[in-house]
Amino acid sequence: MPLDASFVGRTYPPTSSYEVSREKIVEFADAIGDGSALYRDPEAATAAGYPDVIAPPTFLTIINLAAINAIVADPELGLDYSRMVHGDQSFTHHRPVHAGDRLRLTTHIDEIFARAGNDFLTVRADIATEDGEPVCTTRAQLVVRGEAG
Amino acid sequence: MNLVHPEQGTELPALAVRVTREQLVRYAGASLDFNPIHWNERFAKEVGLPDVIAHGMLTMALGGRLLSDWLGDPGRIAEYGVRFTRPVVVPDDDEGTLVEFTGKVAEVRDDGTARVDITARSGGKTVLGKAQAVVRLS
Repeated sequence: MPLDASFVGRTYPPTSSYEVSREKIVEFADAIGDGSALYRDPEAATAAGYPDVIAPPTFLTIINLAAINAIVADPELGLDYSRMVHGDQSFTHHRPVHAGDRLRLTTHIDEIFARAGNDFLTVRADIATEDGEPVCTTRAQLVVRGEAG
Repeated sequence: MNLVHPEQGTELPALAVRVTREQLVRYAGASLDFNPIHWNERFAKEVGLPDVIAHGMLTMALGGRLLSDWLGDPGRIAEYGVRFTRPVVVPDDDEGTLVEFTGKVAEVRDDGTARVDITARSGGKTVLGKAQAVVRLS
C-alpha cells in the first residue's frame, strides 16, 4: 500500500520538553565508547567554553527517533512498520547540546515518494530550546520496502 | 583544546571497533531504541535478517568517535550525516563483528570549516554510504 502523499507538509508541534542531563550524556557516551572528557567533566567543558558538559553528535537520536516512531505509527499514513528501514540520517548542529538544555522538537514531513517499488519518507525535526534558540536540525529518510523486495 | 590544521587529503587516525551483543544492549538502553531486531535473534530471523543487526545509529555514532577523537572537541562537529547501506550482523559470541572506520579531509573551506568524508567497512564491505561531516577548525 503506498503512503498517503497528502501527509507531505505536515508539521507536528512539540508535545513536551526533554531535559538533557549529565547522567544521560555519560550513559550515551559510554554506550558508544567515546571517552571525551567534554562529555563527563564539567570543568573541562567550561574550560573549553561550554556552559556544561556537551553531548555526542548523535545524542539527539534519543528524541528524534521517538518523534519519528510517533509519526509512522499513525494508521492513516499507511506505513507498514515491519517493512521500514532507516535509509539515512543527518544532524546539523547550530550549537552543541549541553547538559541542562530543555529542548522542544517540531517535526515535519518534507517528502514522500515511491521508487522501484519502495516508499520513501523524509522527516525533518527542528530542535530548539524552550526559549526558541535553534539547537539542531535532523533529517531522516525512512524506506518502506515493497512487498516483492 | 588541540586544534587541528589539516589540508585537503589529510587522513584521520583510523578506528576499529568490535561491536558485540553486549554493546547493542547497552546502546539500546542509552538511545532508547528497543527495536527487537537489535537484540532478539528469533525476531530478526522472522523478518528476514540473517541474525541480530547493530543499530544503524550505533554505527553512525562510532563514526562520530572518529571525528571526536581527531578534533579533541566533539562540539566542533557542525554537521554529520550518513546513509545506511548494509546492516552490520552481530553474532552471539564474545568476538562480535569488527567495523573499521577511516576518514579523510575532502575540503578545507575559507570560513574555517572542513568537510570530512568517512568510510565504514565490515567484512570487507561498506556499511555506511555518503558519510560526511562538516567540522569547525577554530
